[in-house]
Amino acid sequence: MDYNFHWRPVFRSLPDLLNAGLVTLEVATLSMVFGVIIGIVFAIIRLNMRGPIRWFVISWIELARNTPALFQLFFFGFGLGAFGIHLTPFWIVLAGLTFNNAGYLAENFRGGFLAIPDTQMRAARSLGMNASQAYVRVIIPQVLRTVYHPMTNQMVWAVLMSSLGMLVGFRELSGETQFLASKTFRIFEYFAVAAVIYYVIVKIIIGSSRLLSFRLFRY
Amino acid sequence: MIEIRALHKYFDDVHVLRGIDLDVNKGEVLSIIGASGSGKSTLLYCINALEGIDEGRITVDGVEVHAKSTDINKLRQKLGMVFQQWNSFPHLTALENVALSPRIVRKMSRSDARELAARRLEHIGLGDKLNSYPNALSGGQQQRLAIARALAMEPSYMLFDETTSALDPELVGEVLDAMRLLAEEGMTMICVTHEMGFARDVSDRVAYIHDGTIEEIGTPEQIFGNPESERTSRFLANVR
Repeated sequence: MDYNFHWRPVFRSLPDLLNAGLVTLEVATLSMVFGVIIGIVFAIIRLNMRGPIRWFVISWIELARNTPALFQLFFFGFGLGAFGIHLTPFWIVLAGLTFNNAGYLAENFRGGFLAIPDTQMRAARSLGMNASQAYVRVIIPQVLRTVYHPMTNQMVWAVLMSSLGMLVGFRELSGETQFLASKTFRIFEYFAVAAVIYYVIVKIIIGSSRLLSFRLFRY
Repeated sequence: MIEIRALHKYFDDVHVLRGIDLDVNKGEVLSIIGASGSGKSTLLYCINALEGIDEGRITVDGVEVHAKSTDINKLRQKLGMVFQQWNSFPHLTALENVALSPRIVRKMSRSDARELAARRLEHIGLGDKLNSYPNALSGGQQQRLAIARALAMEPSYMLFDETTSALDPELVGEVLDAMRLLAEEGMTMICVTHEMGFARDVSDRVAYIHDGTIEEIGTPEQIFGNPESERTSRFLANVR
């Protein structure tokens, strides 16, 4: 077996890879922002409501957590495509990741809500706050702290999961890597460098999450 | 004035309050004593609608608390409440704990609310703890913080739910002192309490609740000195 490593083409296209890394970060971040918002709402609905809206929420959570993320992406790509709804690759990945994140985060948040004693809600209401003021000012800030580290995990997971985007034609880091690698056949070299970029992105996320936690949680 | 008429309350099959009739006048300090599980705290929660009721009626200054048409958030501003488990908001400093509701419920400006909060905290002896988080405060300080927080809404009535029961013995005094001060300032207070000394010294009237009904109500001298009911004297003999 003799294989000669050729790194030069990889380094020459490093700017493209780094740009694609930014695309990865962008789509993962957006999917987290939407996922967190939907997840909070879902957790509140699951804990407090009955009826069809709650069933819808539970079905979403069950599907998101118990089917492969790839299938979820394919649903938003080829699944909707079969009904004549054609999303661009960016929206397929964003929708798929958001769907998945929201499912997992909703369960994290549910645990977070259950960890806050209900006397906190009573105290807030006794001060004249309405339910949404109490949630926004008193309960959710505490929940966010409780689930902060699981949320960081989910963000990391979203970055790594976004690599599935290459299978629906999205040129995030993996898609771009695949594209360049297939042009030059330096497959190992490209994916090795892409792996390093993923690693650095994740390290940056974990590091900044830790820094942010020092600032946010002084209690 | 708080008027309670023929109040009944169930928790599932358990008949917790069995026909309570009670008036609390402006400026009065009423202590409610009784064994655990007798319904004292539930009665308090019914007054500001943290618990629903099953029969009867509660009115506060003529407004029916449990009527559907009542704006309960507005009414609750009149009814300050302090809990057994102080319930300070752990993610906010002492100052922010007190300033939060004036700002978002009473719509005060940020600076006015903070100024009010600082005044309230100083008044209750926490002037040096404005920027402390609750986890840096003792139980007694957190309970005083809870009192300041309730007072910042400028309520007409204060409801105290066993405010000293969860405290270490050496911290009870400072909280009772704060409540005494408040009584001297003329606040209308309903205090569910196990502190018989406080009930005797500070109250205008004392009600002994047994099994969901008011067994006996009267001046502290009457209840503690010369109770009419056999049950009342047995209870008092046991707690002393």
